[in-house]
Amino acid sequence: MAVGETEKTTYTIPVGPVHPALKEPIQLMLEVDGERVVNTDILVGQVHRSIEWLGMNRNNPVQTLYLAERICGICNICHPFCLAIGVEQAANIPVPERAEYIRVIAAEMERIHSHILWAGVAAHEIGFDTVFYLTWRVREEIMDLIEYIFGNRVTKGVLQYGGVRRDITAEQLPRIRKSLDYYKSIYEHLRRILLEDKTVKMRTRNVGVLSTEDALKLLTVGPTGRASGVPKDVRQDQPYSAYADLDVEAITPDMVTGTVVGDVYDRIIVRLLEIKQSVEIIEECLEKMPAGPIMSETKMPRLLRLLTDAAGEGIGRVEAPRGEDIHYVRLEAGSETLGTWKVRAPTYVNLLAVPAILQDMQIADVPIAFASIDPCQSCTNRVVVTDRATGRKSILDYQELHRLSVEKTRDLQR
Amino acid sequence: MEKLSPKAIIDSFSEKLGDGLVGSSIYEREIAVKKNKFRSLWIEVQSSAFRAAVLHVCQLQEYPHLAIISCSDLGSEVELIYHFTIYYGQRFEELSLGLKVKLPKTDLSIPTVTDLIPGAIFTEREIQEMMGVEVVGIPDGRRLFIDEDVPEGIYPWRKDETGPDKLLRVLPGRKPKRHDEKG
Repeated sequence: MAVGETEKTTYTIPVGPVHPALKEPIQLMLEVDGERVVNTDILVGQVHRSIEWLGMNRNNPVQTLYLAERICGICNICHPFCLAIGVEQAANIPVPERAEYIRVIAAEMERIHSHILWAGVAAHEIGFDTVFYLTWRVREEIMDLIEYIFGNRVTKGVLQYGGVRRDITAEQLPRIRKSLDYYKSIYEHLRRILLEDKTVKMRTRNVGVLSTEDALKLLTVGPTGRASGVPKDVRQDQPYSAYADLDVEAITPDMVTGTVVGDVYDRIIVRLLEIKQSVEIIEECLEKMPAGPIMSETKMPRLLRLLTDAAGEGIGRVEAPRGEDIHYVRLEAGSETLGTWKVRAPTYVNLLAVPAILQDMQIADVPIAFASIDPCQSCTNRVVVTDRATGRKSILDYQELHRLSVEKTRDLQR
Repeated sequence: MEKLSPKAIIDSFSEKLGDGLVGSSIYEREIAVKKNKFRSLWIEVQSSAFRAAVLHVCQLQEYPHLAIISCSDLGSEVELIYHFTIYYGQRFEELSLGLKVKLPKTDLSIPTVTDLIPGAIFTEREIQEMMGVEVVGIPDGRRLFIDEDVPEGIYPWRKDETGPDKLLRVLPGRKPKRHDEKG
Protein backbone atom coordinates (compact mmCIF):
# COMPACT_ATOMS: atom_id res chain seq x y z
CA MET A 1 0.00 0.00 0.00
CA ALA A 2 1.26 3.47 -0.85
CA VAL A 3 2.15 5.61 2.13
CA GLY A 4 -0.72 7.69 3.48
CA GLU A 5 -3.38 5.76 1.58
CA THR A 6 -6.11 4.12 3.57
CA GLU A 7 -8.05 2.48 0.78
CA LYS A 8 -7.09 -1.13 0.14
CA THR A 9 -5.85 -1.96 -3.30
CA THR A 10 -5.04 -5.26 -4.96
CA TYR A 11 -2.36 -6.39 -7.32
CA THR A 12 -2.66 -8.75 -10.27
CA ILE A 13 -0.04 -11.44 -10.73
CA PRO A 14 -0.13 -13.34 -14.00
CA VAL A 15 0.86 -16.96 -13.54
CA GLY A 16 1.65 -18.73 -16.75
CA PRO A 17 1.08 -19.17 -19.82
CA VAL A 18 3.31 -21.96 -18.64
CA HIS A 19 1.40 -23.57 -15.84
CA PRO A 20 2.19 -22.99 -12.17
CA ALA A 21 1.68 -26.63 -11.36
CA LEU A 22 1.82 -28.64 -14.50
CA LYS A 23 4.07 -27.53 -17.29
CA GLU A 24 1.16 -26.84 -19.53
CA PRO A 25 -0.19 -23.69 -21.15
CA ILE A 26 -2.84 -21.93 -19.09
CA GLN A 27 -2.80 -18.45 -17.63
CA LEU A 28 -4.31 -17.61 -14.25
CA MET A 29 -4.70 -13.92 -13.38
CA LEU A 30 -4.54 -13.87 -9.60
CA GLU A 31 -5.80 -10.70 -7.97
CA VAL A 32 -3.95 -10.54 -4.68
CA ASP A 33 -4.17 -8.38 -1.61
CA GLY A 34 -0.76 -8.83 -0.01
CA GLU A 35 -0.34 -12.61 0.18
CA ARG A 36 -4.05 -13.38 -0.08
CA VAL A 37 -5.72 -14.30 -3.38
CA VAL A 38 -8.88 -12.22 -3.83
CA ASN A 39 -10.00 -13.22 -7.28
CA THR A 40 -8.87 -15.41 -10.15
CA ASP A 41 -9.44 -15.11 -13.85
CA ILE A 42 -8.61 -17.98 -16.15
CA LEU A 43 -7.41 -17.47 -19.69
CA VAL A 44 -7.64 -20.63 -21.73
CA GLY A 45 -7.15 -21.28 -25.41
CA GLN A 46 -3.37 -20.89 -25.53
CA VAL A 47 -2.99 -24.02 -27.60
CA HIS A 48 -6.33 -24.49 -29.28
CA ARG A 49 -5.84 -27.28 -31.76
CA SER A 50 -9.19 -27.24 -33.59
CA ILE A 51 -9.63 -30.95 -32.99
CA GLU A 52 -13.42 -30.77 -33.25
CA TRP A 53 -13.12 -28.88 -36.54
CA LEU A 54 -10.81 -31.57 -37.95
CA GLY A 55 -13.33 -34.24 -36.96
CA MET A 56 -16.15 -32.34 -38.64
CA ASN A 57 -14.31 -31.26 -41.80
CA ARG A 58 -11.22 -33.31 -42.57
CA ASN A 59 -11.29 -36.82 -41.16
CA ASN A 60 -13.53 -39.78 -41.67
CA PRO A 61 -15.01 -41.12 -38.41
CA VAL A 62 -12.42 -43.90 -38.04
CA GLN A 63 -9.56 -41.41 -38.39
CA THR A 64 -11.36 -39.19 -35.87
CA LEU A 65 -11.39 -42.04 -33.37
CA TYR A 66 -7.59 -42.06 -33.37
CA LEU A 67 -7.53 -38.26 -33.35
CA ALA A 68 -9.73 -38.40 -30.23
CA GLU A 69 -7.13 -40.63 -28.64
CA ARG A 70 -4.62 -37.81 -29.15
CA ILE A 71 -6.75 -35.15 -27.42
CA CYS A 72 -4.94 -36.04 -24.22
CA GLY A 73 -1.86 -38.12 -23.51
CA ILE A 74 -3.25 -39.36 -20.18
CA CYS A 75 -6.93 -39.89 -20.96
CA ASN A 76 -6.25 -41.67 -24.20
CA ILE A 77 -8.84 -44.36 -23.60
CA CYS A 78 -11.72 -42.29 -22.29
CA HIS A 79 -11.89 -39.90 -25.26
CA PRO A 80 -12.10 -42.57 -27.99
CA PHE A 81 -14.31 -44.62 -25.63
CA CYS A 82 -16.71 -41.70 -25.35
CA LEU A 83 -16.70 -41.03 -29.08
CA ALA A 84 -17.23 -44.72 -29.84
CA ILE A 85 -20.28 -44.85 -27.53
CA GLY A 86 -21.73 -41.74 -29.19
CA VAL A 87 -21.21 -43.04 -32.72
CA GLU A 88 -22.48 -46.51 -31.83
CA GLN A 89 -25.69 -44.92 -30.55
CA ALA A 90 -26.04 -42.69 -33.61
CA ALA A 91 -25.35 -45.43 -36.17
CA ASN A 92 -26.86 -48.24 -34.09
CA ILE A 93 -23.74 -50.43 -34.11
CA PRO A 94 -23.85 -53.38 -31.70
CA VAL A 95 -20.90 -54.04 -29.38
CA PRO A 96 -19.97 -57.63 -28.39
CA GLU A 97 -20.10 -58.29 -24.67
CA ARG A 98 -16.48 -59.33 -24.41
CA ALA A 99 -15.41 -56.06 -26.01
CA GLU A 100 -17.34 -54.09 -23.37
CA TYR A 101 -15.27 -55.78 -20.66
CA ILE A 102 -11.97 -55.18 -22.43
CA ARG A 103 -12.89 -51.50 -22.80
CA VAL A 104 -13.58 -51.25 -19.08
CA ILE A 105 -10.29 -52.98 -18.21
CA ALA A 106 -8.42 -50.50 -20.43
CA ALA A 107 -10.27 -47.54 -18.86
CA GLU A 108 -9.52 -48.70 -15.30
CA MET A 109 -5.83 -49.24 -16.06
CA GLU A 110 -5.78 -45.67 -17.31
CA ARG A 111 -7.35 -44.49 -14.04
CA ILE A 112 -4.70 -46.25 -11.94
CA HIS A 113 -1.79 -44.71 -13.83
CA SER A 114 -3.42 -41.27 -13.98
CA HIS A 115 -4.13 -41.13 -10.23
CA ILE A 116 -0.61 -42.29 -9.32
CA LEU A 117 0.83 -39.74 -11.74
CA TRP A 118 -1.23 -37.04 -10.03
CA ALA A 119 -0.04 -38.11 -6.57
CA GLY A 120 3.53 -37.64 -7.77
CA VAL A 121 2.85 -34.21 -9.24
CA ALA A 122 1.05 -33.10 -6.06
CA ALA A 123 3.97 -34.30 -3.89
CA HIS A 124 6.41 -32.43 -6.14
CA GLU A 125 4.33 -29.26 -5.77
CA ILE A 126 4.81 -29.23 -2.02
CA GLY A 127 8.50 -30.05 -2.35
CA PHE A 128 8.16 -33.67 -1.27
CA ASP A 129 10.24 -35.07 -4.10
CA THR A 130 10.95 -38.44 -2.47
CA VAL A 131 7.26 -39.27 -2.84
CA PHE A 132 7.32 -37.97 -6.38
CA TYR A 133 10.11 -40.45 -7.25
CA LEU A 134 8.41 -43.28 -5.38
CA THR A 135 4.98 -42.85 -6.96
CA TRP A 136 6.32 -42.49 -10.45
CA ARG A 137 8.43 -45.62 -10.01
CA VAL A 138 5.36 -47.47 -8.77
CA ARG A 139 3.46 -46.20 -11.81
CA GLU A 140 5.88 -47.95 -14.17
CA GLU A 141 4.32 -51.29 -13.25
CA ILE A 142 0.94 -50.34 -14.71
CA MET A 143 2.56 -48.69 -17.73
CA ASP A 144 4.45 -51.91 -18.43
CA LEU A 145 1.24 -53.88 -18.06
CA ILE A 146 -0.55 -51.56 -20.50
CA GLU A 147 2.29 -52.05 -22.96
CA TYR A 148 2.14 -55.80 -22.47
CA ILE A 149 -1.59 -56.02 -23.17
CA PHE A 150 -2.23 -53.26 -25.68
CA GLY A 151 1.20 -53.04 -27.31
CA ASN A 152 1.88 -49.43 -26.41
CA ARG A 153 2.37 -47.40 -23.24
CA VAL A 154 0.49 -44.28 -24.26
CA THR A 155 -1.66 -44.26 -27.38
CA LYS A 156 -3.03 -47.76 -27.41
CA GLY A 157 -5.21 -47.66 -30.52
CA VAL A 158 -7.32 -50.40 -28.99
CA LEU A 159 -10.82 -49.09 -29.64
CA GLN A 160 -12.85 -49.41 -32.78
CA TYR A 161 -16.51 -48.68 -33.48
CA GLY A 162 -18.36 -51.83 -32.51
CA GLY A 163 -15.67 -53.36 -30.32
CA VAL A 164 -11.96 -53.43 -29.61
CA ARG A 165 -9.00 -54.35 -31.79
CA ARG A 166 -7.05 -56.54 -29.35
CA ASP A 167 -8.21 -59.40 -27.23
CA ILE A 168 -6.95 -60.39 -23.78
CA THR A 169 -5.83 -64.00 -24.02
CA ALA A 170 -5.65 -66.66 -21.31
CA GLU A 171 -1.82 -66.61 -21.40
CA GLN A 172 -1.86 -62.94 -20.46
CA LEU A 173 -3.90 -63.43 -17.30
CA PRO A 174 -1.07 -64.45 -14.90
CA ARG A 175 0.94 -61.35 -15.86
CA ILE A 176 -2.10 -59.11 -15.27
CA ARG A 177 -2.80 -60.74 -11.89
CA LYS A 178 0.85 -60.25 -10.89
CA SER A 179 0.60 -56.50 -11.49
CA LEU A 180 -2.71 -56.22 -9.67
CA ASP A 181 -1.27 -58.10 -6.69
CA TYR A 182 1.67 -55.72 -6.70
CA TYR A 183 -0.66 -52.74 -6.35
CA LYS A 184 -2.59 -54.43 -3.56
CA SER A 185 0.66 -55.13 -1.73
CA ILE A 186 1.94 -51.54 -1.91
CA TYR A 187 -1.43 -49.89 -1.31
CA GLU A 188 -1.00 -49.73 2.46
CA HIS A 189 2.46 -48.19 2.02
CA LEU A 190 1.09 -45.51 -0.32
CA ARG A 191 -1.80 -44.82 2.03
CA ARG A 192 0.55 -44.27 5.00
CA ILE A 193 2.76 -41.89 3.03
CA LEU A 194 -0.03 -39.85 1.51
CA LEU A 195 -2.55 -39.75 4.34
CA GLU A 196 -0.56 -40.07 7.55
CA ASP A 197 2.52 -38.00 6.84
CA LYS A 198 2.56 -34.86 9.02
CA THR A 199 3.96 -32.52 6.36
CA VAL A 200 1.52 -33.68 3.68
CA LYS A 201 -1.33 -33.15 6.11
CA MET A 202 -0.14 -29.66 7.08
CA ARG A 203 0.13 -28.57 3.46
CA THR A 204 -3.19 -30.05 2.32
CA ARG A 205 -5.70 -29.95 5.20
CA ASN A 206 -8.04 -26.95 4.84
CA VAL A 207 -6.20 -25.83 1.72
CA GLY A 208 -8.18 -25.16 -1.46
CA VAL A 209 -11.58 -25.82 0.04
CA LEU A 210 -14.53 -26.22 -2.32
CA SER A 211 -17.90 -26.42 -0.58
CA THR A 212 -20.56 -28.94 -1.64
CA GLU A 213 -22.86 -26.14 -2.75
CA ASP A 214 -20.18 -24.49 -4.89
CA ALA A 215 -19.31 -27.86 -6.42
CA LEU A 216 -22.95 -28.37 -7.40
CA LYS A 217 -23.39 -24.84 -8.74
CA LEU A 218 -20.13 -24.83 -10.67
CA LEU A 219 -20.87 -28.25 -12.17
CA THR A 220 -17.70 -29.80 -10.72
CA VAL A 221 -17.16 -33.40 -11.76
CA GLY A 222 -14.92 -36.32 -10.95
CA PRO A 223 -12.68 -36.72 -7.89
CA THR A 224 -12.78 -32.93 -7.30
CA GLY A 225 -16.56 -33.01 -7.02
CA ARG A 226 -16.65 -36.24 -5.02
CA ALA A 227 -14.09 -34.83 -2.56
CA SER A 228 -16.58 -32.00 -1.97
CA GLY A 229 -19.27 -34.53 -1.16
CA VAL A 230 -21.09 -34.78 -4.50
CA PRO A 231 -21.54 -38.54 -5.08
CA LYS A 232 -21.53 -38.14 -8.85
CA ASP A 233 -19.83 -40.86 -10.85
CA VAL A 234 -21.04 -41.89 -14.29
CA ARG A 235 -19.97 -45.48 -13.57
CA GLN A 236 -22.50 -45.49 -10.75
CA ASP A 237 -25.20 -43.07 -11.93
CA GLN A 238 -25.69 -44.07 -15.51
CA PRO A 239 -23.47 -47.10 -16.13
CA TYR A 240 -22.18 -47.53 -19.66
CA SER A 241 -20.41 -50.51 -21.18
CA ALA A 242 -19.59 -53.32 -18.72
CA TYR A 243 -20.04 -51.02 -15.70
CA ALA A 244 -23.73 -51.82 -16.01
CA ASP A 245 -22.88 -55.33 -14.80
CA LEU A 246 -20.55 -54.26 -12.02
CA ASP A 247 -21.39 -52.64 -8.75
CA VAL A 248 -19.40 -49.42 -8.72
CA GLU A 249 -19.97 -46.99 -5.91
CA ALA A 250 -18.97 -43.32 -5.98
CA ILE A 251 -16.20 -42.66 -3.46
CA THR A 252 -16.49 -39.71 -1.11
CA PRO A 253 -13.96 -38.79 1.61
CA ASP A 254 -16.41 -39.37 4.49
CA MET A 255 -15.85 -43.11 3.94
CA VAL A 256 -12.44 -42.66 5.59
CA THR A 257 -12.68 -39.60 7.80
CA GLY A 258 -16.42 -39.44 8.49
CA THR A 259 -16.70 -35.84 7.30
CA VAL A 260 -16.46 -33.94 4.05
CA VAL A 261 -14.15 -30.91 4.12
CA GLY A 262 -13.67 -30.55 0.37
CA ASP A 263 -9.98 -29.64 0.63
CA VAL A 264 -6.85 -30.97 -1.08
CA TYR A 265 -6.49 -33.72 1.53
CA ASP A 266 -9.96 -35.01 0.69
CA ARG A 267 -9.01 -35.09 -2.97
CA ILE A 268 -6.00 -37.26 -2.08
CA ILE A 269 -8.31 -39.65 -0.19
CA VAL A 270 -10.72 -39.98 -3.10
CA ARG A 271 -7.99 -40.65 -5.65
CA LEU A 272 -6.21 -43.11 -3.39
CA LEU A 273 -9.38 -45.12 -2.77
CA GLU A 274 -10.14 -45.07 -6.46
CA ILE A 275 -6.82 -46.75 -7.23
CA LYS A 276 -7.92 -49.60 -4.98
CA GLN A 277 -11.40 -49.60 -6.52
CA SER A 278 -9.93 -49.78 -10.03
CA VAL A 279 -7.80 -52.79 -9.13
CA GLU A 280 -10.92 -54.52 -7.81
CA ILE A 281 -12.91 -53.62 -10.95
CA ILE A 282 -10.22 -55.10 -13.21
CA GLU A 283 -10.18 -58.31 -11.15
CA GLU A 284 -13.95 -58.57 -11.32
CA CYS A 285 -13.90 -57.99 -15.08
CA LEU A 286 -11.29 -60.69 -15.65
CA GLU A 287 -13.47 -63.08 -13.70
CA LYS A 288 -16.80 -62.23 -15.35
CA MET A 289 -15.56 -61.63 -18.89
CA PRO A 290 -17.66 -63.70 -21.33
CA ALA A 291 -16.06 -65.46 -24.30
CA GLY A 292 -16.92 -64.43 -27.82
CA PRO A 293 -16.04 -62.05 -30.63
CA ILE A 294 -14.48 -58.67 -29.89
CA MET A 295 -15.66 -56.73 -32.90
CA SER A 296 -19.04 -56.58 -34.61
CA GLU A 297 -17.81 -55.34 -37.99
CA THR A 298 -14.30 -56.41 -38.93
CA LYS A 299 -14.24 -55.19 -42.52
CA MET A 300 -13.12 -51.56 -42.67
CA PRO A 301 -14.75 -50.57 -46.02
CA ARG A 302 -18.10 -51.88 -44.78
CA LEU A 303 -17.75 -50.04 -41.50
CA LEU A 304 -16.94 -46.79 -43.31
CA ARG A 305 -19.88 -47.29 -45.66
CA LEU A 306 -22.18 -47.90 -42.73
CA LEU A 307 -20.96 -44.74 -40.99
CA THR A 308 -21.40 -42.68 -44.17
CA ASP A 309 -24.98 -43.87 -44.65
CA ALA A 310 -26.01 -43.56 -41.02
CA ALA A 311 -27.97 -40.62 -39.69
CA GLY A 312 -28.70 -39.97 -36.06
CA GLU A 313 -27.27 -38.57 -32.87
CA GLY A 314 -25.78 -39.95 -29.72
CA ILE A 315 -24.03 -38.94 -26.54
CA GLY A 316 -21.13 -40.82 -25.04
CA ARG A 317 -20.55 -40.33 -21.32
CA VAL A 318 -17.50 -41.84 -19.68
CA GLU A 319 -16.03 -41.39 -16.20
CA ALA A 320 -12.47 -40.33 -17.06
CA PRO A 321 -9.81 -40.19 -14.30
CA ARG A 322 -10.53 -36.46 -13.90
CA GLY A 323 -14.30 -36.70 -14.10
CA GLU A 324 -17.13 -37.02 -16.53
CA ASP A 325 -16.20 -36.82 -20.17
CA ILE A 326 -18.99 -36.24 -22.69
CA HIS A 327 -19.00 -36.34 -26.46
CA TYR A 328 -22.00 -35.37 -28.56
CA VAL A 329 -22.06 -36.86 -32.05
CA ARG A 330 -24.40 -36.16 -34.91
CA LEU A 331 -24.16 -38.17 -38.10
CA GLU A 332 -25.61 -36.96 -41.37
CA ALA A 333 -26.47 -39.43 -44.13
CA GLY A 334 -24.10 -39.15 -47.07
CA SER A 335 -21.48 -37.20 -45.16
CA GLU A 336 -18.06 -38.80 -44.84
CA THR A 337 -17.21 -36.79 -41.73
CA LEU A 338 -19.01 -36.40 -38.42
CA GLY A 339 -21.84 -33.87 -38.80
CA THR A 340 -21.29 -32.38 -35.36
CA TRP A 341 -18.74 -33.43 -32.76
CA LYS A 342 -18.65 -31.70 -29.40
CA VAL A 343 -16.09 -32.77 -26.83
CA ARG A 344 -16.49 -31.73 -23.21
CA ALA A 345 -13.51 -32.89 -21.18
CA PRO A 346 -13.70 -32.86 -17.36
CA THR A 347 -11.15 -30.06 -16.81
CA TYR A 348 -13.38 -27.75 -18.87
CA VAL A 349 -15.91 -27.58 -16.04
CA ASN A 350 -13.46 -28.19 -13.18
CA LEU A 351 -11.61 -24.98 -14.13
CA LEU A 352 -14.79 -23.09 -13.20
CA ALA A 353 -14.19 -24.16 -9.62
CA VAL A 354 -10.63 -22.74 -9.57
CA PRO A 355 -11.61 -19.18 -8.52
CA ALA A 356 -13.58 -20.69 -5.61
CA ILE A 357 -10.70 -23.01 -4.67
CA LEU A 358 -8.04 -20.26 -4.77
CA GLN A 359 -10.17 -17.72 -2.89
CA ASP A 360 -8.30 -16.43 0.22
CA MET A 361 -5.37 -18.76 -0.40
CA GLN A 362 -1.75 -17.71 0.01
CA ILE A 363 0.28 -17.44 -3.19
CA ALA A 364 2.51 -20.29 -1.98
CA ASP A 365 -0.56 -22.53 -1.76
CA VAL A 366 -1.63 -21.81 -5.33
CA PRO A 367 0.42 -24.60 -6.98
CA ILE A 368 -0.89 -27.40 -4.77
CA ALA A 369 -4.47 -26.07 -4.68
CA PHE A 370 -4.55 -25.69 -8.43
CA ALA A 371 -2.87 -29.04 -9.04
CA SER A 372 -5.44 -30.71 -6.78
CA ILE A 373 -8.14 -30.56 -9.44
CA ASP A 374 -5.70 -32.48 -11.66
CA PRO A 375 -6.05 -29.95 -14.47
CA CYS A 376 -5.35 -31.24 -17.92
CA GLN A 377 -4.62 -28.49 -20.40
CA SER A 378 -4.90 -30.60 -23.46
CA CYS A 379 -8.49 -30.95 -22.33
CA THR A 380 -8.93 -27.21 -22.04
CA ASN A 381 -6.04 -24.50 -21.74
CA ARG A 382 -3.71 -19.89 -18.60
CA VAL A 383 -3.31 -17.67 -14.09
CA VAL A 384 -2.52 -13.68 -13.96
CA VAL A 385 -1.71 -12.06 -10.28
CA THR A 386 -2.51 -7.89 -9.97
CA ASP A 387 -1.37 -5.94 -6.77
CA ARG A 388 -3.89 -3.35 -5.65
CA ALA A 389 -1.17 -1.38 -3.87
CA THR A 390 0.97 -0.55 -6.86
CA GLY A 391 -1.31 -1.61 -9.72
CA ARG A 392 1.78 -3.32 -11.12
CA LYS A 393 1.60 -6.54 -13.06
CA SER A 394 4.25 -9.18 -12.73
CA ILE A 395 4.62 -12.66 -14.10
CA LEU A 396 5.37 -15.40 -11.63
CA ASP A 397 6.96 -18.18 -13.55
CA TYR A 398 6.79 -21.80 -12.69
CA GLN A 399 10.18 -21.92 -10.94
CA GLU A 400 9.32 -18.93 -8.75
CA LEU A 401 5.97 -20.32 -7.66
CA HIS A 402 7.44 -23.73 -7.08
CA ARG A 403 10.18 -22.13 -4.93
CA LEU A 404 7.54 -20.30 -2.84
CA SER A 405 5.63 -23.53 -2.35
CA VAL A 406 8.70 -25.52 -1.31
CA GLU A 407 9.73 -22.74 1.11
CA LYS A 408 6.35 -22.92 2.79
CA THR A 409 6.77 -26.64 3.35
CA ARG A 410 10.25 -26.09 4.83
CA ASP A 411 8.87 -23.34 7.13
CA LEU A 412 6.13 -25.65 8.37
CA GLN A 413 8.59 -28.43 9.05
CA ARG A 414 10.71 -26.19 11.31
CA MET B 1 -38.01 -34.40 -4.59
CA GLU B 2 -39.95 -37.22 -6.22
CA LYS B 3 -38.19 -38.88 -9.15
CA LEU B 4 -40.28 -39.13 -12.32
CA SER B 5 -40.01 -41.76 -15.05
CA PRO B 6 -38.82 -40.55 -18.50
CA LYS B 7 -42.42 -40.74 -19.75
CA ALA B 8 -43.70 -38.70 -16.82
CA ILE B 9 -40.98 -36.11 -17.37
CA ILE B 10 -42.14 -35.61 -20.96
CA ASP B 11 -45.73 -35.27 -19.73
CA SER B 12 -44.68 -32.70 -17.17
CA PHE B 13 -42.91 -30.70 -19.90
CA SER B 14 -45.97 -30.74 -22.14
CA GLU B 15 -48.14 -29.66 -19.23
CA LYS B 16 -45.79 -26.83 -18.36
CA LEU B 17 -44.95 -25.59 -21.85
CA GLY B 18 -48.10 -26.43 -23.86
CA ASP B 19 -47.43 -25.51 -27.49
CA GLY B 20 -43.87 -24.62 -26.62
CA LEU B 21 -42.96 -28.32 -26.66
CA VAL B 22 -42.09 -29.29 -30.25
CA GLY B 23 -41.15 -32.94 -29.85
CA SER B 24 -39.68 -35.52 -27.53
CA SER B 25 -38.15 -38.99 -27.64
CA ILE B 26 -36.74 -41.56 -25.26
CA TYR B 27 -33.63 -43.48 -26.31
CA GLU B 28 -32.89 -46.85 -24.74
CA ARG B 29 -30.05 -49.26 -25.38
CA GLU B 30 -29.34 -52.59 -23.74
CA ILE B 31 -25.76 -53.00 -22.71
CA ALA B 32 -23.30 -55.71 -21.65
CA VAL B 33 -24.28 -59.10 -20.24
CA LYS B 34 -27.04 -58.19 -17.83
CA LYS B 35 -28.84 -56.11 -20.49
CA ASN B 36 -29.35 -53.17 -18.23
CA LYS B 37 -30.68 -50.13 -20.02
CA PHE B 38 -28.85 -46.95 -20.88
CA ARG B 39 -31.47 -44.22 -21.20
CA SER B 40 -31.43 -40.74 -22.58
CA LEU B 41 -34.21 -38.26 -23.11
CA TRP B 42 -34.47 -35.71 -25.90
CA ILE B 43 -36.84 -32.77 -25.66
CA GLU B 44 -37.24 -30.10 -28.30
CA VAL B 45 -38.77 -26.75 -27.39
CA GLN B 46 -39.54 -23.51 -29.16
CA SER B 47 -37.09 -20.68 -28.56
CA SER B 48 -39.88 -18.64 -26.91
CA ALA B 49 -40.45 -21.45 -24.38
CA PHE B 50 -36.73 -22.10 -23.76
CA ARG B 51 -36.46 -20.13 -20.54
CA ALA B 52 -39.53 -21.83 -19.07
CA ALA B 53 -38.09 -25.22 -20.05
CA VAL B 54 -34.81 -24.55 -18.21
CA LEU B 55 -36.78 -23.36 -15.16
CA HIS B 56 -38.70 -26.63 -15.31
CA VAL B 57 -35.44 -28.65 -15.41
CA CYS B 58 -34.42 -26.76 -12.26
CA GLN B 59 -37.72 -27.91 -10.72
CA LEU B 60 -36.96 -31.56 -11.52
CA GLN B 61 -33.52 -31.43 -9.94
CA GLU B 62 -32.28 -28.85 -7.46
CA TYR B 63 -28.88 -28.41 -9.10
CA PRO B 64 -29.20 -29.80 -12.64
CA HIS B 65 -25.82 -30.67 -14.13
CA LEU B 66 -25.34 -28.85 -17.44
CA ALA B 67 -22.59 -30.79 -19.15
CA ILE B 68 -22.26 -28.75 -22.32
CA ILE B 69 -24.18 -26.87 -24.99
CA SER B 70 -23.61 -28.40 -28.41
CA CYS B 71 -24.30 -26.55 -31.66
CA SER B 72 -25.09 -27.85 -35.11
CA ASP B 73 -25.28 -25.78 -38.25
CA LEU B 74 -28.35 -27.08 -40.11
CA GLY B 75 -28.25 -24.68 -43.06
CA SER B 76 -30.88 -22.03 -42.46
CA GLU B 77 -30.99 -22.61 -38.73
CA VAL B 78 -28.75 -23.51 -35.81
CA GLU B 79 -29.63 -26.24 -33.36
CA LEU B 80 -28.52 -25.84 -29.77
CA ILE B 81 -28.68 -28.80 -27.41
CA TYR B 82 -28.33 -28.20 -23.68
CA HIS B 83 -27.05 -31.52 -22.30
CA PHE B 84 -28.39 -31.80 -18.77
CA THR B 85 -28.12 -34.71 -16.38
CA ILE B 86 -30.64 -35.05 -13.59
CA TYR B 87 -31.23 -37.46 -10.69
CA TYR B 88 -27.49 -38.14 -10.28
CA GLY B 89 -25.93 -39.59 -7.18
CA GLN B 90 -27.63 -42.98 -7.18
CA ARG B 91 -27.05 -46.15 -9.16
CA PHE B 92 -29.06 -46.37 -12.43
CA GLU B 93 -31.15 -43.36 -11.43
CA GLU B 94 -29.47 -40.73 -13.55
CA LEU B 95 -31.01 -39.52 -16.80
CA SER B 96 -29.40 -37.62 -19.65
CA LEU B 97 -31.72 -34.90 -20.82
CA GLY B 98 -30.95 -33.15 -24.12
CA LEU B 99 -32.91 -29.91 -24.36
CA LYS B 100 -33.01 -28.89 -28.00
CA VAL B 101 -33.83 -25.47 -29.36
CA LYS B 102 -33.61 -24.37 -32.98
CA LEU B 103 -32.77 -20.77 -33.86
CA PRO B 104 -33.12 -19.22 -37.35
CA LYS B 105 -29.87 -17.72 -38.64
CA THR B 106 -31.65 -14.37 -39.01
CA ASP B 107 -32.18 -14.16 -35.24
CA LEU B 108 -29.43 -15.97 -33.38
CA SER B 109 -30.04 -15.07 -29.78
CA ILE B 110 -30.83 -17.05 -26.65
CA PRO B 111 -31.28 -15.89 -23.05
CA THR B 112 -28.49 -16.75 -20.61
CA VAL B 113 -28.95 -19.49 -18.01
CA THR B 114 -26.03 -18.38 -15.81
CA ASP B 115 -28.43 -16.88 -13.24
CA LEU B 116 -29.82 -20.38 -12.67
CA ILE B 117 -26.65 -22.41 -13.35
CA PRO B 118 -23.53 -20.28 -12.64
CA GLY B 119 -21.26 -22.94 -14.17
CA ALA B 120 -22.78 -22.42 -17.61
CA ILE B 121 -20.55 -19.39 -18.23
CA PHE B 122 -17.75 -21.21 -20.11
CA THR B 123 -20.02 -23.04 -22.49
CA GLU B 124 -22.08 -19.89 -23.17
CA ARG B 125 -18.91 -17.95 -23.96
CA GLU B 126 -17.91 -20.79 -26.25
CA ILE B 127 -21.14 -20.85 -28.29
CA GLN B 128 -20.87 -17.06 -28.72
CA GLU B 129 -17.40 -17.24 -30.25
CA MET B 130 -17.70 -20.56 -32.05
CA MET B 131 -21.22 -20.35 -33.51
CA GLY B 132 -22.04 -16.64 -33.34
CA VAL B 133 -25.09 -17.17 -31.16
CA GLU B 134 -25.71 -14.09 -29.07
CA VAL B 135 -26.30 -14.99 -25.43
CA VAL B 136 -28.52 -12.22 -24.04
CA GLY B 137 -27.60 -11.14 -20.53
CA ILE B 138 -24.29 -13.06 -20.28
CA PRO B 139 -22.27 -11.62 -17.36
CA ASP B 140 -18.91 -12.09 -19.09
CA GLY B 141 -19.02 -11.96 -22.90
CA ARG B 142 -15.29 -12.21 -23.65
CA ARG B 143 -13.88 -14.82 -25.98
CA LEU B 144 -12.87 -18.09 -24.37
CA PHE B 145 -10.69 -20.15 -26.68
CA ILE B 146 -10.27 -18.08 -29.82
CA ASP B 147 -7.39 -15.63 -29.92
CA GLU B 148 -8.11 -11.88 -30.20
CA ASP B 149 -6.22 -11.84 -33.52
CA VAL B 150 -8.98 -13.78 -35.23
CA PRO B 151 -11.25 -11.24 -36.98
CA GLU B 152 -14.87 -10.72 -35.93
CA GLY B 153 -17.51 -12.55 -37.89
CA ILE B 154 -15.59 -15.84 -38.25
CA TYR B 155 -17.32 -18.71 -36.53
CA PRO B 156 -15.42 -22.04 -36.63
CA TRP B 157 -18.46 -24.27 -36.12
CA ARG B 158 -20.42 -22.75 -39.00
CA LYS B 159 -20.62 -24.53 -42.30
CA ASP B 160 -21.59 -21.46 -44.35
CA GLU B 161 -19.55 -18.50 -45.63
CA THR B 162 -18.84 -17.30 -42.06
CA GLY B 163 -16.81 -20.47 -41.42
CA PRO B 164 -13.04 -20.36 -40.93
CA ASP B 165 -12.18 -21.50 -44.46
CA LYS B 166 -10.63 -18.21 -45.57
CA LEU B 167 -8.22 -18.39 -42.62
CA LEU B 168 -6.94 -21.82 -43.58
CA ARG B 169 -3.47 -22.14 -44.97
CA VAL B 170 -3.38 -24.49 -47.90
CA LEU B 171 -0.31 -26.68 -47.85
CA PRO B 172 1.85 -26.85 -51.02
CA GLY B 173 0.60 -29.49 -53.41
CA ARG B 174 -2.96 -29.47 -52.05
CA LYS B 175 -6.02 -27.95 -53.54
CA PRO B 176 -8.22 -25.79 -51.31
CA LYS B 177 -11.48 -27.54 -50.47
CA ARG B 178 -14.60 -25.93 -51.86
CA HIS B 179 -17.87 -25.64 -49.99
CA ASP B 180 -20.05 -27.45 -52.49
CA GLU B 181 -17.63 -30.40 -52.79
CA LYS B 182 -18.17 -33.37 -50.53
CA GLY B 183 -15.43 -35.33 -48.88
